Amino acid sequence: MDTPVIELQNVIKSFGPVDVLQGINFKAYAGRVTALVGDNGAGKSTLIKGLAGVQSYDSGVVKFEGNEVHLNSARQAAALGIEVVYQDLALCENLDIVQNMFLGREEMTGMTLDEPHMEFEATQTLAGLKIRTVKSVRQKVASLSGGQRQTVAIARSVLRKAKLVILDEPTAALGVAQTEQVLNLVRRLADSGVAVIIISHNLQDVFKVCDDISVLYLGKMVAHLKATETNHLDVVGYITGTKSMEQA
Amino acid sequence: MSTTTTTTISSGHEGTIRDQVKNYFVRVKSGEMGALPSVISLIFLTALFASLNPYFLTKLNFANLLVQSATLMMLSMALVFVILIAEIDLSAGVTSGLSMAFFIILTNKAGWDWRVSILAGFVVGFVVGSFIGFFVAKVGVPSFVVTLGLFLGFQGLQLALLGDGGIYRVEVPELKSIMNDNMPQWAGWLMLGIFLTLTLLINFYDRMRRKKSNLPNRPLILLFIKLGVMAGLGAGCVSILNVNRSLSAIAIAGVPIVMPFAITILFVGTLVLDRTRFGRHLYAVGGNPEAARRAGIKVPKIRMSAFIICSMLSVVAGIFNASRIGTVEATAGKSMVLSGVAAAVVGGVSLFGGRGRLAHAAVGAVVISIIDNGLGLLGLPAGINFLVTGGVLILAATVDAVSRKRAGATK
Ligand SMILES: Nc1ncnc2c1ncn2[C@@H]1O[C@H](COP(=O)(O)OP(=O)(O)OP(=O)(O)O)[C@@H](O)[C@H]1O
Ligand SMILES: [Mg+2]
Repeated sequence: MDTPVIELQNVIKSFGPVDVLQGINFKAYAGRVTALVGDNGAGKSTLIKGLAGVQSYDSGVVKFEGNEVHLNSARQAAALGIEVVYQDLALCENLDIVQNMFLGREEMTGMTLDEPHMEFEATQTLAGLKIRTVKSVRQKVASLSGGQRQTVAIARSVLRKAKLVILDEPTAALGVAQTEQVLNLVRRLADSGVAVIIISHNLQDVFKVCDDISVLYLGKMVAHLKATETNHLDVVGYITGTKSMEQA
Repeated sequence: MSTTTTTTISSGHEGTIRDQVKNYFVRVKSGEMGALPSVISLIFLTALFASLNPYFLTKLNFANLLVQSATLMMLSMALVFVILIAEIDLSAGVTSGLSMAFFIILTNKAGWDWRVSILAGFVVGFVVGSFIGFFVAKVGVPSFVVTLGLFLGFQGLQLALLGDGGIYRVEVPELKSIMNDNMPQWAGWLMLGIFLTLTLLINFYDRMRRKKSNLPNRPLILLFIKLGVMAGLGAGCVSILNVNRSLSAIAIAGVPIVMPFAITILFVGTLVLDRTRFGRHLYAVGGNPEAARRAGIKVPKIRMSAFIICSMLSVVAGIFNASRIGTVEATAGKSMVLSGVAAAVVGGVSLFGGRGRLAHAAVGAVVISIIDNGLGLLGLPAGINFLVTGGVLILAATVDAVSRKRAGATK
């Protein structure tokens, strides 16, 4: 297989006496959806924070597109093309979709905001992702449903030309239909050539959309699986620690 | 879920006037009422007071009302900048008083050129704003506490500067004329013409740019209706003000000099809020500071700037106030700030942050001033005025809270 977009080698992170990440190896590839699963407290969020640049690892190697990088700030991660969609989405409800998608990276003409250009780009991006549930790009986010908000948050990362998109429990708060929509969007996102990492506690969702599954158990990566070569029961076994796979 | 029909995403600009009007009502219903409640109360109050006292609708009272509301308008527009980020500046009133205390001491006692003293007044505003901003944005003290502290402290400082019961006369004719003199008739029309032309040009520029980006534009007729209403109201005001309104032999006519100042600040401030990166970030911080931070916005810097702008505009309110009264005393500005907050909230600026415009505060200031003026004409005891204004503030804040809930419920 070609070089992974992101690769972690022997990553370690402790909080005082608590060893949260104990030598993690992990890869995510362009065009593939990689699930990161594990029980509460396994270390998923800690792993992600390191990739997002908001909390650096104690030691270990991080390679982005084959080159070693040091992710010490969110800005650095963003500059590489790593975008994180947090569970709370971080949208401003009082702003509309276009304004949210361009927040912090507004396009300008001279001193003033280039609204037409931003509106055009936002519309194109949403259309490119075949998003049909949003009525108007000038709708305030306050008026959007949970699934629509998730959609906007994901579209924002696409707009920023992300190479790696990390989604923290994107379907946790959604109903059946909206979950379906968001999962379809995640699939399309990967199909467009982006590497997607998705954290989820819902194995049904994981099997629906993911290509690869990595399982964390108490700070150790206990399994890397292909979705097509494993099943529900196996994954549950790894998550709960009743099964283990010796890995190099 | 995947339907085969491709529905394109709209921008809210397409469709006929009927669609646009329908959209507007949908927005109002979902809680985005903007200035609508305050405009309705404006009309209602005008009708009420006009029916209760024949003097209310006279030309002289109309001009008085405008001038009276100018100070409050400035103060409430100042407060919009901090209310938008869900903060408050209770010291805005005394800041305006304090800056004028410095101004009057420097001019009357130290003999400075009045223009330099005015500049010193703005420096005071800048320092005060930076001070509040530092404690709120960098240290993390709630703005309510910092500015309440300054509200008390500055009253002491004003006393120290001017002396107990000290009262100084404003001796600068240029300054006094802001609130007490009027422009020649032609200048009023010119002012109206300039603002209408600017509005027209900006709108056409926007339409041209949207067209270039292949985006739909709202029906042109809508723009003309909007401008027509603005022109009609503006022309009405100017022509009323241009007629002699004096009750004595000396004629008084023309648009008060304060109007072009107030309108310019409203105009420029609105452009800043709507069309610059700073304005956008101010709304973002007010809506969701954490989201703003993650988007790379320097939230403390935005907060600092908001407090500095608020304090500097409060100085302008101080100048207006000193000009109208003709004196500066130790208690100047003390009682103004709550009316300023009331004006902003009544106008539709949300105390929860992130929602509201300068024009809302301006309309709100007129509403509060009408209550003040109208009740005054009825000869009711002064206490009634406070009761009514307080009641209106609570009512407006309730409307704000309820409409916010409604907007959240449409998820
Ligand atoms: N800042 C911190 N200080 C101390 N301990 C921490 C800190 N952050 C995380 N931990 C600990 O690290 C462990 C892993 O936490 P983490 O949030 O990464 O788990 P998770 O896999 O995301 O769990 P969940 O599924 O509940 O979100 C937990 O035991 C947690 O208490
Ligand atoms: Mg977590």
